[in-house]
Amino acid sequence: MTTLTVTFTLNGKPVSLAVDPSARLLDTLRYQLGLTGTKEGCGEGECGACTVYLDGLPVNSCLIPTYQVRGQRVETIESLESLGQDALEPFERCGATQCGACTPGVVMTAWWIREHPELLGTHSIRELMAGNLCRCTGYDGIVDSVAEALRETASGRRET
Amino acid sequence: MLPGSLPEALDTLASDGAAIPIAGGTDLLVHWPVHVEAHERTYVDLSRLDPLKPLRWTADALMLGGLTTYWDVIRDERARDELPLLVDAARQVGAIQIQARGTWAGNIVNASPAADGVPVLMAYDAVVVLESRRGREEVPLDRFYSGYKEMQRRPDQLVVGIRVPRRRYSYQVFEKVGARRAQAIAKVGLAITRSGAGWRVVAASVAPTIRRCPAVERLLETGTPIGSPAALLPAIAQDVAPIDDIRSSAQYRTHVMARVLYHDLRDFWGRRA
Repeated sequence: MTTLTVTFTLNGKPVSLAVDPSARLLDTLRYQLGLTGTKEGCGEGECGACTVYLDGLPVNSCLIPTYQVRGQRVETIESLESLGQDALEPFERCGATQCGACTPGVVMTAWWIREHPELLGTHSIRELMAGNLCRCTGYDGIVDSVAEALRETASGRRET
Repeated sequence: MLPGSLPEALDTLASDGAAIPIAGGTDLLVHWPVHVEAHERTYVDLSRLDPLKPLRWTADALMLGGLTTYWDVIRDERARDELPLLVDAARQVGAIQIQARGTWAGNIVNASPAADGVPVLMAYDAVVVLESRRGREEVPLDRFYSGYKEMQRRPDQLVVGIRVPRRRYSYQVFEKVGARRAQAIAKVGLAITRSGAGWRVVAASVAPTIRRCPAVERLLETGTPIGSPAALLPAIAQDVAPIDDIRSSAQYRTHVMARVLYHDLRDFWGRRA
Protein backbone atom coordinates (compact mmCIF):
# COMPACT_ATOMS: atom_id res chain seq x y z
CA MET A 1 0.00 0.00 0.00
CA THR A 2 1.20 3.53 -0.68
CA THR A 3 2.19 5.52 2.35
CA LEU A 4 3.13 9.14 2.81
CA THR A 5 6.04 10.34 4.90
CA VAL A 6 4.92 13.17 7.13
CA THR A 7 7.26 15.34 9.18
CA PHE A 8 5.93 17.71 11.83
CA THR A 9 6.61 19.02 15.32
CA LEU A 10 4.84 17.07 18.04
CA ASN A 11 4.84 18.47 21.56
CA GLY A 12 7.98 20.42 20.77
CA LYS A 13 9.93 17.57 19.17
CA PRO A 14 10.34 16.78 15.48
CA VAL A 15 8.72 13.53 14.30
CA SER A 16 8.76 11.88 10.90
CA LEU A 17 6.68 8.84 10.08
CA ALA A 18 5.03 6.94 7.26
CA VAL A 19 1.24 7.17 7.33
CA ASP A 20 -1.65 5.78 5.34
CA PRO A 21 -3.01 8.58 3.11
CA SER A 22 -6.44 8.10 4.69
CA ALA A 23 -5.13 8.27 8.28
CA ARG A 24 -6.71 10.88 10.51
CA LEU A 25 -4.43 12.82 12.87
CA LEU A 26 -6.39 11.31 15.78
CA ASP A 27 -5.52 7.74 14.69
CA THR A 28 -1.90 8.58 14.00
CA LEU A 29 -1.52 10.10 17.46
CA ARG A 30 -3.23 7.25 19.28
CA TYR A 31 -2.22 4.15 17.34
CA GLN A 32 1.08 5.02 15.66
CA LEU A 33 2.57 7.35 18.24
CA GLY A 34 0.96 5.85 21.34
CA LEU A 35 -0.36 9.19 22.62
CA THR A 36 -3.68 7.90 23.92
CA GLY A 37 -4.54 10.97 25.97
CA THR A 38 -6.42 12.35 22.97
CA LYS A 39 -9.83 10.62 22.89
CA GLU A 40 -12.22 9.78 20.09
CA GLY A 41 -15.79 10.73 20.94
CA CYS A 42 -18.12 11.26 17.99
CA GLY A 43 -15.54 11.05 15.19
CA GLU A 44 -17.39 13.74 13.23
CA GLY A 45 -16.28 17.05 14.66
CA GLU A 46 -19.12 17.65 17.10
CA CYS A 47 -17.87 16.72 20.56
CA GLY A 48 -14.33 18.07 20.85
CA ALA A 49 -12.95 15.09 22.83
CA CYS A 50 -10.13 14.82 20.27
CA THR A 51 -9.07 18.48 20.55
CA VAL A 52 -5.38 19.18 19.94
CA TYR A 53 -3.57 22.40 19.00
CA LEU A 54 -2.48 22.85 15.41
CA ASP A 55 -0.13 25.82 15.08
CA GLY A 56 -1.55 27.04 18.36
CA LEU A 57 -5.28 26.80 17.63
CA PRO A 58 -7.66 24.15 19.01
CA VAL A 59 -8.83 21.78 16.26
CA ASN A 60 -10.64 18.43 16.08
CA SER A 61 -7.99 15.82 15.27
CA CYS A 62 -10.72 13.50 13.94
CA LEU A 63 -11.29 15.92 11.04
CA ILE A 64 -7.70 16.29 9.87
CA PRO A 65 -5.94 13.95 7.46
CA THR A 66 -2.50 13.43 8.97
CA TYR A 67 -0.77 14.59 5.79
CA GLN A 68 -2.21 18.07 6.35
CA VAL A 69 -0.03 18.68 9.44
CA ARG A 70 3.26 18.31 7.56
CA GLY A 71 5.59 21.10 8.61
CA GLN A 72 3.22 22.28 11.34
CA ARG A 73 3.16 22.29 15.13
CA VAL A 74 0.89 19.77 16.85
CA GLU A 75 0.39 19.76 20.61
CA THR A 76 -1.61 17.16 22.49
CA ILE A 77 -2.88 16.84 26.05
CA GLU A 78 0.41 15.10 26.87
CA SER A 79 2.19 18.43 26.26
CA LEU A 80 0.42 19.81 29.34
CA GLU A 81 1.86 17.08 31.56
CA SER A 82 4.82 19.24 32.53
CA LEU A 83 2.45 21.77 34.08
CA GLY A 84 1.89 19.34 36.91
CA GLN A 85 -1.14 18.50 38.98
CA ASP A 86 -1.45 22.03 40.26
CA ALA A 87 -2.62 23.35 36.90
CA LEU A 88 -5.75 21.19 37.09
CA GLU A 89 -6.58 22.09 40.66
CA PRO A 90 -9.38 24.55 39.71
CA PHE A 91 -10.92 21.74 37.66
CA GLU A 92 -11.09 19.48 40.68
CA ARG A 93 -12.30 22.19 43.01
CA CYS A 94 -15.14 23.27 40.69
CA GLY A 95 -16.32 19.77 39.77
CA ALA A 96 -15.38 20.24 36.12
CA THR A 97 -14.84 16.57 35.51
CA GLN A 98 -16.92 13.48 36.16
CA CYS A 99 -16.70 10.49 33.82
CA GLY A 100 -13.61 11.91 32.13
CA ALA A 101 -14.36 11.10 28.49
CA CYS A 102 -14.49 14.75 27.46
CA THR A 103 -11.82 15.92 29.91
CA PRO A 104 -8.66 15.88 27.73
CA GLY A 105 -10.42 17.94 25.07
CA VAL A 106 -12.01 20.24 27.64
CA VAL A 107 -8.63 20.83 29.29
CA MET A 108 -7.03 21.63 25.93
CA THR A 109 -9.61 24.30 25.10
CA ALA A 110 -9.65 25.61 28.68
CA TRP A 111 -5.86 25.96 28.68
CA TRP A 112 -5.95 27.74 25.34
CA ILE A 113 -8.39 30.29 26.79
CA ARG A 114 -6.19 30.70 29.86
CA GLU A 115 -3.22 31.41 27.57
CA HIS A 116 -5.26 33.92 25.52
CA PRO A 117 -7.25 36.00 28.01
CA GLU A 118 -7.52 38.73 25.36
CA LEU A 119 -10.18 36.60 23.66
CA LEU A 120 -12.53 37.40 26.53
CA GLY A 121 -12.76 40.95 25.16
CA THR A 122 -15.02 39.62 22.41
CA HIS A 123 -16.05 36.13 23.57
CA SER A 124 -17.54 34.56 26.68
CA ILE A 125 -15.93 31.46 28.22
CA ARG A 126 -19.12 29.60 27.35
CA GLU A 127 -18.86 30.48 23.64
CA LEU A 128 -15.17 29.52 23.50
CA MET A 129 -15.92 26.19 25.23
CA ALA A 130 -18.95 25.43 23.00
CA GLY A 131 -17.02 22.93 20.88
CA ASN A 132 -16.46 20.60 23.84
CA LEU A 133 -19.54 18.63 24.72
CA CYS A 134 -19.87 17.16 28.22
CA ARG A 135 -22.77 14.93 29.18
CA CYS A 136 -22.03 14.83 32.92
CA THR A 137 -21.29 18.20 34.43
CA GLY A 138 -23.97 20.45 32.96
CA TYR A 139 -21.08 22.77 32.03
CA ASP A 140 -21.27 25.12 35.02
CA GLY A 141 -18.33 23.39 36.71
CA ILE A 142 -16.25 23.66 33.53
CA VAL A 143 -17.05 27.33 32.97
CA ASP A 144 -16.44 28.14 36.66
CA SER A 145 -13.07 26.39 36.66
CA VAL A 146 -11.88 28.33 33.61
CA ALA A 147 -13.06 31.57 35.20
CA GLU A 148 -11.25 30.71 38.45
CA ALA A 149 -8.03 29.75 36.66
CA LEU A 150 -8.11 33.07 34.81
CA ARG A 151 -8.79 35.00 38.02
CA GLU A 152 -5.97 33.28 39.84
CA THR A 153 -3.56 33.89 36.97
CA ALA A 154 -4.52 37.54 36.85
CA SER A 155 -4.04 37.98 40.59
CA GLY A 156 -0.66 36.22 40.44
CA ARG A 157 -1.70 33.38 42.70
CA ARG A 158 -0.84 30.78 40.11
CA GLU A 159 2.40 30.84 38.23
CA THR A 160 2.18 27.94 35.77
CA MET B 1 -2.01 14.74 -4.25
CA LEU B 2 -0.04 17.19 -2.17
CA PRO B 3 0.57 20.16 -4.49
CA GLY B 4 2.96 22.85 -3.32
CA SER B 5 1.64 25.57 -5.58
CA LEU B 6 -1.60 26.76 -7.16
CA PRO B 7 -0.55 25.93 -10.77
CA GLU B 8 0.29 22.40 -9.63
CA ALA B 9 -3.14 22.04 -8.00
CA LEU B 10 -4.90 23.40 -11.09
CA ASP B 11 -2.95 20.95 -13.30
CA THR B 12 -4.27 18.05 -11.25
CA LEU B 13 -7.84 19.34 -11.37
CA ALA B 14 -7.53 19.78 -15.15
CA SER B 15 -6.26 16.25 -15.71
CA ASP B 16 -8.52 14.40 -13.26
CA GLY B 17 -12.13 15.54 -13.53
CA ALA B 18 -13.16 13.51 -10.47
CA ALA B 19 -10.49 14.90 -8.13
CA ILE B 20 -11.79 16.57 -4.96
CA PRO B 21 -10.06 19.64 -3.54
CA ILE B 22 -9.68 19.44 0.26
CA ALA B 23 -9.00 22.47 2.47
CA GLY B 24 -10.03 22.47 6.15
CA GLY B 25 -11.67 19.05 5.85
CA THR B 26 -14.52 19.91 8.23
CA ASP B 27 -17.13 18.61 5.77
CA LEU B 28 -15.16 15.93 3.90
CA LEU B 29 -13.79 14.18 7.01
CA VAL B 30 -17.23 13.70 8.56
CA HIS B 31 -17.85 10.65 6.38
CA TRP B 32 -14.20 9.77 5.82
CA PRO B 33 -13.60 6.13 4.90
CA VAL B 34 -11.11 4.53 7.29
CA HIS B 35 -9.35 2.55 4.58
CA VAL B 36 -7.60 4.17 1.68
CA GLU B 37 -9.00 1.52 -0.68
CA ALA B 38 -12.48 2.84 0.07
CA HIS B 39 -11.57 6.29 -1.22
CA GLU B 40 -12.77 6.24 -4.78
CA ARG B 41 -11.35 9.54 -5.84
CA THR B 42 -8.17 11.54 -5.60
CA TYR B 43 -8.01 14.38 -3.10
CA VAL B 44 -6.06 17.51 -3.95
CA ASP B 45 -4.76 18.93 -0.69
CA LEU B 46 -4.89 22.73 -0.74
CA SER B 47 -3.49 23.24 2.76
CA ARG B 48 -0.02 24.30 1.59
CA LEU B 49 -1.18 26.91 -0.91
CA ASP B 50 -0.17 29.74 1.40
CA PRO B 51 -0.99 32.65 -0.97
CA LEU B 52 -4.67 31.64 -0.70
CA LYS B 53 -4.72 32.02 3.10
CA PRO B 54 -4.81 35.71 4.00
CA LEU B 55 -7.74 38.07 3.70
CA ARG B 56 -6.99 41.47 2.17
CA TRP B 57 -8.72 44.84 2.30
CA THR B 58 -8.65 46.91 -0.87
CA ALA B 59 -10.13 50.37 -1.44
CA ASP B 60 -13.51 48.95 -2.41
CA ALA B 61 -13.62 45.33 -1.26
CA LEU B 62 -12.70 42.73 1.31
CA MET B 63 -10.96 39.89 -0.53
CA LEU B 64 -11.23 36.55 1.24
CA GLY B 65 -8.66 34.03 0.05
CA GLY B 66 -9.61 30.54 -1.04
CA LEU B 67 -8.26 29.25 2.28
CA THR B 68 -9.37 32.08 4.60
CA THR B 69 -11.01 30.52 7.66
CA TYR B 70 -13.92 31.65 9.82
CA TRP B 71 -11.47 32.34 12.65
CA ASP B 72 -9.40 34.63 10.38
CA VAL B 73 -12.50 36.79 9.89
CA ILE B 74 -13.60 36.61 13.53
CA ARG B 75 -10.20 38.00 14.58
CA ASP B 76 -10.26 40.82 12.00
CA GLU B 77 -11.25 44.04 13.72
CA ARG B 78 -12.16 45.78 10.49
CA ALA B 79 -14.52 42.97 9.53
CA ARG B 80 -16.25 43.39 12.89
CA ASP B 81 -16.79 47.08 12.15
CA GLU B 82 -17.56 47.07 8.46
CA LEU B 83 -19.04 43.67 7.61
CA PRO B 84 -20.29 42.48 10.99
CA LEU B 85 -22.60 39.80 9.57
CA LEU B 86 -19.54 37.86 8.41
CA VAL B 87 -18.35 37.76 12.02
CA ASP B 88 -21.86 36.99 13.39
CA ALA B 89 -22.25 34.04 11.03
CA ALA B 90 -18.68 32.76 11.52
CA ARG B 91 -19.19 32.69 15.28
CA GLN B 92 -22.19 30.43 14.79
CA VAL B 93 -20.36 27.86 12.66
CA GLY B 94 -19.63 25.00 15.07
CA ALA B 95 -17.17 26.37 17.62
CA ILE B 96 -13.46 27.29 17.68
CA GLN B 97 -12.33 23.82 16.57
CA ILE B 98 -14.38 24.14 13.36
CA GLN B 99 -13.89 27.90 12.95
CA ALA B 100 -10.09 27.41 12.98
CA ARG B 101 -10.24 24.95 10.07
CA GLY B 102 -13.39 25.65 8.06
CA THR B 103 -13.02 27.98 5.07
CA TRP B 104 -15.47 30.40 3.45
CA ALA B 105 -14.71 28.95 0.03
CA GLY B 106 -15.37 25.46 1.37
CA ASN B 107 -18.71 26.62 2.73
CA ILE B 108 -19.61 27.89 -0.76
CA VAL B 109 -18.64 24.74 -2.69
CA ASN B 110 -20.00 22.32 -0.11
CA ALA B 111 -23.27 23.96 -1.19
CA SER B 112 -25.29 22.98 1.85
CA PRO B 113 -28.75 24.60 1.83
CA ALA B 114 -28.16 25.14 5.57
CA ALA B 115 -24.77 26.86 5.29
CA ASP B 116 -24.08 29.77 7.67
CA GLY B 117 -21.35 31.54 5.73
CA VAL B 118 -23.09 31.64 2.35
CA PRO B 119 -26.20 33.65 3.36
CA VAL B 120 -24.22 36.56 4.79
CA LEU B 121 -21.83 36.60 1.82
CA MET B 122 -24.84 36.64 -0.52
CA ALA B 123 -26.52 39.45 1.43
CA TYR B 124 -23.30 41.46 0.93
CA ASP B 125 -23.35 40.78 -2.86
CA ALA B 126 -20.17 38.68 -2.74
CA VAL B 127 -18.54 37.49 -5.97
CA VAL B 128 -16.92 34.06 -6.30
CA VAL B 129 -13.50 34.13 -8.01
CA LEU B 130 -12.72 30.86 -9.82
CA GLU B 131 -9.43 29.89 -11.41
CA SER B 132 -8.39 27.10 -13.76
CA ARG B 133 -5.68 26.48 -16.33
CA ARG B 134 -8.00 28.26 -18.75
CA GLY B 135 -8.02 31.45 -16.72
CA ARG B 136 -10.03 33.38 -14.17
CA GLU B 137 -13.79 33.74 -13.94
CA GLU B 138 -16.02 35.67 -11.58
CA VAL B 139 -19.57 34.65 -10.67
CA PRO B 140 -21.87 36.63 -8.37
CA LEU B 141 -22.75 34.35 -5.47
CA ASP B 142 -26.49 34.93 -5.94
CA ARG B 143 -26.15 33.34 -9.39
CA PHE B 144 -23.70 30.60 -8.38
CA TYR B 145 -26.19 27.86 -7.47
CA SER B 146 -28.49 26.23 -10.00
CA GLY B 147 -29.99 23.44 -7.86
CA TYR B 148 -29.32 21.20 -4.89
CA LYS B 149 -25.52 20.90 -4.70
CA GLU B 150 -25.35 22.17 -8.30
CA MET B 151 -23.21 25.20 -9.02
CA GLN B 152 -21.36 27.24 -11.62
CA ARG B 153 -18.03 25.60 -10.92
CA ARG B 154 -16.43 23.28 -13.43
CA PRO B 155 -14.42 20.38 -11.97
CA ASP B 156 -11.18 21.99 -13.19
CA GLN B 157 -11.91 25.24 -11.36
CA LEU B 158 -10.87 26.19 -7.87
CA VAL B 159 -12.41 28.94 -5.74
CA VAL B 160 -9.34 31.11 -5.18
CA GLY B 161 -11.09 34.08 -3.63
CA ILE B 162 -14.32 35.76 -2.62
CA ARG B 163 -14.78 39.48 -3.19
CA VAL B 164 -17.05 41.29 -0.78
CA PRO B 165 -17.78 44.88 -1.82
CA ARG B 166 -17.37 47.57 0.83
CA ARG B 167 -20.58 49.55 1.19
CA ARG B 168 -22.39 51.57 3.78
CA TYR B 169 -25.25 49.56 5.25
CA SER B 170 -28.22 51.21 6.93
CA TYR B 171 -29.59 47.86 8.08
CA GLN B 172 -28.02 44.43 8.51
CA VAL B 173 -28.89 41.34 10.52
CA PHE B 174 -28.12 37.61 10.52
CA GLU B 175 -30.57 35.26 12.20
CA LYS B 176 -30.00 31.55 12.74
CA VAL B 177 -32.74 29.44 14.25
CA GLY B 178 -31.37 26.10 15.43
CA ALA B 179 -31.90 23.48 18.11
CA ARG B 180 -29.30 25.18 20.30
CA ARG B 181 -26.87 28.05 20.07
CA ALA B 182 -23.62 26.22 19.33
CA GLN B 183 -22.77 23.17 17.23
CA ALA B 184 -26.19 23.16 15.54
CA ILE B 185 -27.22 23.23 11.90
CA ALA B 186 -29.80 25.87 10.98
CA LYS B 187 -33.53 25.05 10.76
CA VAL B 188 -33.95 28.51 9.24
CA GLY B 189 -31.32 31.11 8.47
CA LEU B 190 -31.83 34.70 7.31
CA ALA B 191 -29.37 37.39 6.30
CA ILE B 192 -30.86 40.82 5.59
CA THR B 193 -29.04 43.95 4.45
CA ARG B 194 -29.98 47.37 3.12
CA SER B 195 -27.54 49.61 1.27
CA GLY B 196 -27.54 52.01 -1.66
CA ALA B 197 -27.87 48.89 -3.83
CA GLY B 198 -31.22 48.11 -2.19
CA TRP B 199 -32.56 45.40 0.10
CA ARG B 200 -31.11 41.91 0.15
CA VAL B 201 -33.05 39.17 1.89
CA VAL B 202 -31.28 35.80 1.80
CA ALA B 203 -32.78 32.62 3.24
CA ALA B 204 -31.09 29.38 4.32
CA SER B 205 -32.52 25.91 5.03
CA VAL B 206 -35.80 26.67 3.24
CA ALA B 207 -34.93 25.71 -0.36
CA PRO B 208 -32.55 23.38 -2.22
CA THR B 209 -29.97 26.15 -2.19
CA ILE B 210 -29.26 29.29 -0.21
CA ARG B 211 -31.14 31.93 -2.17
CA ARG B 212 -32.26 35.52 -2.30
CA CYS B 213 -35.96 36.22 -1.79
CA PRO B 214 -36.93 38.62 -4.58
CA ALA B 215 -40.64 38.74 -3.69
CA VAL B 216 -39.87 39.72 -0.09
CA GLU B 217 -37.23 42.20 -1.27
CA ARG B 218 -39.87 43.77 -3.57
CA LEU B 219 -42.29 44.25 -0.65
CA LEU B 220 -39.57 46.21 1.14
CA GLU B 221 -38.56 48.25 -1.91
CA THR B 222 -42.15 49.21 -2.78
CA GLY B 223 -43.24 49.90 0.77
CA THR B 224 -46.16 47.47 0.62
CA PRO B 225 -47.98 47.60 3.98
CA ILE B 226 -47.56 44.37 5.95
CA GLY B 227 -49.56 44.11 9.18
CA SER B 228 -48.70 40.63 10.43
CA PRO B 229 -46.36 37.69 9.83
CA ALA B 230 -49.19 35.96 7.95
CA ALA B 231 -49.27 38.78 5.40
CA LEU B 232 -45.76 37.75 4.35
CA LEU B 233 -46.72 34.17 3.52
CA PRO B 234 -47.64 34.72 -0.17
CA ALA B 235 -44.27 36.34 -0.89
CA ILE B 236 -42.45 33.66 1.10
CA ALA B 237 -44.25 30.97 -0.91
CA GLN B 238 -42.95 32.56 -4.13
CA ASP B 239 -39.38 32.73 -2.86
CA VAL B 240 -38.70 29.47 -1.03
CA ALA B 241 -39.69 25.79 -0.96
CA PRO B 242 -38.99 24.31 2.48
CA ILE B 243 -39.12 20.57 3.13
CA ASP B 244 -39.70 18.24 6.08
CA ASP B 245 -36.45 16.65 7.24
CA ILE B 246 -34.71 15.46 10.40
CA ARG B 247 -34.14 18.98 11.62
CA SER B 248 -37.55 20.53 11.12
CA SER B 249 -40.81 20.60 9.15
CA ALA B 250 -41.73 22.68 6.13
CA GLN B 251 -44.62 24.28 8.02
CA TYR B 252 -42.47 25.23 11.00
CA ARG B 253 -39.78 26.66 8.74
CA THR B 254 -42.28 28.80 6.81
CA HIS B 255 -43.84 30.18 9.97
CA VAL B 256 -40.53 30.88 11.66
CA MET B 257 -39.28 32.64 8.54
CA ALA B 258 -42.43 34.82 8.42
CA ARG B 259 -42.23 35.71 12.10
CA VAL B 260 -38.52 36.49 12.08
CA LEU B 261 -38.87 38.63 8.94
CA TYR B 262 -41.88 40.43 10.35
CA HIS B 263 -40.35 41.21 13.72
CA ASP B 264 -36.85 42.08 12.49
CA LEU B 265 -38.21 44.46 9.89
CA ARG B 266 -41.24 45.81 11.77
CA ASP B 267 -39.98 49.38 11.36
CA PHE B 268 -39.82 49.02 7.60
CA TRP B 269 -42.98 47.21 6.50
CA GLY B 270 -45.06 49.72 4.60
CA ARG B 271 -42.30 52.32 4.36
CA ARG B 272 -41.23 53.10 0.84
CA ALA B 273 -37.50 52.74 0.26
